[in-house]
Amino acid sequence: MEFPAEIRRAMVAHAAFCLPDEACGLLAADAAGRLRMAYCLSNSTPSPTAFTLDPAEHFRALRHAEAQGWYLAGVFHSHPGGPAFPSATDVAQAYEPEWLYVVVGLQAPAAPEVRAFWIRDGVVAEEAVREVAGEAAEALR
Amino acid sequence: MSVTLRVPSLLRPSLEGRIEIVAEGATVGEVLRSAAAAHPGFGPAVFEASGALRRFLNLFLGDEDVRYLQGLDTPVPDGAVLVILPAAAGGAAPPDGQNGGS
Repeated sequence: MEFPAEIRRAMVAHAAFCLPDEACGLLAADAAGRLRMAYCLSNSTPSPTAFTLDPAEHFRALRHAEAQGWYLAGVFHSHPGGPAFPSATDVAQAYEPEWLYVVVGLQAPAAPEVRAFWIRDGVVAEEAVREVAGEAAEALR
Repeated sequence: MSVTLRVPSLLRPSLEGRIEIVAEGATVGEVLRSAAAAHPGFGPAVFEASGALRRFLNLFLGDEDVRYLQGLDTPVPDGAVLVILPAAAGGAAPPDGQNGGS
């Protein structure tokens, strides 16, 4: 999957902004499946080891995405002190089989790691991502 | 009242793959129960055994989260759109009741 550089930057910036807590947000894609937007949203259970996407912001992101002809294609969150890999909690609470689950790992803050996964029926499969300069990408907060 | 019910992908298998259906009811709860009566897999997917909405689902009527209205007792106007969203949550901490983590 191609990952627009602006979207990666937005997620990493949001993760840094939210430190020491986990950051979270949603990803939108266009009809061709290209990622177009990172919605940098609020963590309604702010903690260095947990996130809950604010439901009202989730709904507004859905409305915005659909108004552009996009759809919500995934969710991202950060692990402030951990690797860019889904934790057992992430896997247990990954309810959307069609979402891409992106984790921003800030274990090495100077070299943030961004990896993407499909999580279906408790099984984690990494999606190879290739960063591209893109037409995507605004970030909303 | 006839209401359009939109569901996330995790619930679509219980609605024969549909993104949305039309269901009847005067309240949010009645609409969901009516959908459950018409689609046998839908009820267990959205309700706990107690009849409460599953914790990981959020419902919006118009632009409002029904939790901040009257929950399942919220009246629905004819032609309304009821949207179910999955809760998105997780984190590096281990799940409740487990030791260790990522």
